[in-house]
Amino acid sequence: MTSPRIDEEMVRHVATLARLELSDDEVEGFRTDLDMILTHSSQLDELDTTDVPPTSHSLPLSNVFREDVITPSLTPEDALSNAPEQEDGYFKVPAVIQEGGGA
Amino acid sequence: MTQYESVIGFEVHVELNTQTKIFCGCSTRFGAPPNTQVCPICLGMPGTLPVVNRQAIEHTIRTAIALNCTIPEHSNFDRKNYYYPDLPKSYQVSQNYAITGLAGWLDIEVAGETKRVRINNVHLEEDAGKLVHSNIPGDESSLVDLNRAGTPLIEIVSEPDMGTADDAVAYMNTLKNILEYIDVSDCNMHEGRLRFELNISVREVGTEKLGTKVEIKNLNSMKTVLKCLDHETRRQSELLNAGGRVLQETRLWDEAAAMTRAMRSKEVAHDYRYFPDPDLVDIHIPAEWREEVRASLPELQEAKRRRFVEQYALPEYDAKQLTNSQGVAKYFESAVAAGGAPKAVSNWMMTEVLRELNEREMTASEFPLKPAGLAELVGLIDSGKINSKTAKHVFARTLETGAAPTQIVEQEGLVQIDDSSEVEKWVDETLAENADAVAKIQAGQTKAMQALVGQVMKKSRGKANPRMVNEILAKKLG
Ligand SMILES: [Zn+2]
Repeated sequence: MTSPRIDEEMVRHVATLARLELSDDEVEGFRTDLDMILTHSSQLDELDTTDVPPTSHSLPLSNVFREDVITPSLTPEDALSNAPEQEDGYFKVPAVIQEGGGA
Repeated sequence: MTQYESVIGFEVHVELNTQTKIFCGCSTRFGAPPNTQVCPICLGMPGTLPVVNRQAIEHTIRTAIALNCTIPEHSNFDRKNYYYPDLPKSYQVSQNYAITGLAGWLDIEVAGETKRVRINNVHLEEDAGKLVHSNIPGDESSLVDLNRAGTPLIEIVSEPDMGTADDAVAYMNTLKNILEYIDVSDCNMHEGRLRFELNISVREVGTEKLGTKVEIKNLNSMKTVLKCLDHETRRQSELLNAGGRVLQETRLWDEAAAMTRAMRSKEVAHDYRYFPDPDLVDIHIPAEWREEVRASLPELQEAKRRRFVEQYALPEYDAKQLTNSQGVAKYFESAVAAGGAPKAVSNWMMTEVLRELNEREMTASEFPLKPAGLAELVGLIDSGKINSKTAKHVFARTLETGAAPTQIVEQEGLVQIDDSSEVEKWVDETLAENADAVAKIQAGQTKAMQALVGQVMKKSRGKANPRMVNEILAKKLG
């Protein structure tokens, strides 16, 4: 077996991106698990794919569309029914300091 | 001190004018109460499956063609993963690996010269929701409205081919013009339908090598873009001159402070981990579809300008001004269709209407005086009911009150006075009060005549027929 594909730092980085808080033990556990998963799937690297076009989907389907026609939305009560907190019809979340996400 | 010049590129987000969202049938109407245009799909509920709105794809193809892009036969959607409360799925569906429009260009006109800006790509994605602050005093929470989440959004990415504020203005206006013409968006900036992001770097004047690029978000109007451009160029130049280094980062424009500030790096761990979205199948755009869309593109500015000259007998200059935006062109044609004389409507539009639109940063379709109202106003002047000076007052009043021009003329008693005995009375009074001016005119100083006309008009509270005033004055002094 080759050297680990996943190190501790990478596990912590991915956990931060996913907003997960991991204990040191968990970090080591995930490091081992993820490493095994990647090692297992890396068997695919043995195949020669030089002349195979990249695939983005496993189904031989394309152009599944709908027409631009309005359908009923949820009632605001239903839309908010799973929200731990709400105010004036909005979902309420902890303060966001920075404006502007990625869009 | 080294002289630096700016190098500018744009990322432009355009909300499409489809009726429904990109992956579900929820309405995209602006201004609805919060969370009333949401469903399990755009809320990102587990187990739901998105289905693409055909119109959104078609609009992307239209835009790509209008911007001279090539359109690969196969494209698809990717997930851009990041965490933010306005993004219910914690990923945004976008295009990264197989994009719909590639390598195009847009010609802009700056100081009479044509300049080509290369377009890197045109891709389709979904918009995020909106965040507002809690209304409860002392409560620091944020509130999320997901009505906008899933609205189809096109991103147009240019190459850094611009250098000056004039280039930037020309690019923004030309792009907006095309998007309106091909009818993919109403481009309403107040409603955030059209949003500009800048890339700015600076380099030593006369050199070619690009400096480190800074991205700037949160620019809400074209004026803000220009303010930001000026500020950021200065900031980077001063930094370099002081021996510093420009960091590659995303900054936010702070309107109150009129400056950019860095986003805290922890919040923007830019690691999007793009991968093809397994919930969405490939988009196949064969040549026939592409050509069908190309054939359906409307009359663009050049053709419309020529038609205006022929059909309405307008001078070239008028035709150019009136076709700069399709909204303005449409307004003009509607006013003429409502009975306004073409040249008179054109004169009013090129002066008063365009100035107001510019000041209000409004599109013609949002203008409070509708085309039929302008036709009415022009008709009032043509029929001699009011003079052109009164008309300007009526124009201002109709914008203030929203009342129709005829209504204002009646309410304020502004009908032009063509009764020669009444006008003569004002003339006689004026002559009696201005013996000096009369003497000057009789001594051959005809310039004093204009001052007298002004006096008579003032006496009539602007209502006297100016032609009649001139005639009577000339007769009395002749
Ligand atoms: Zn929905």
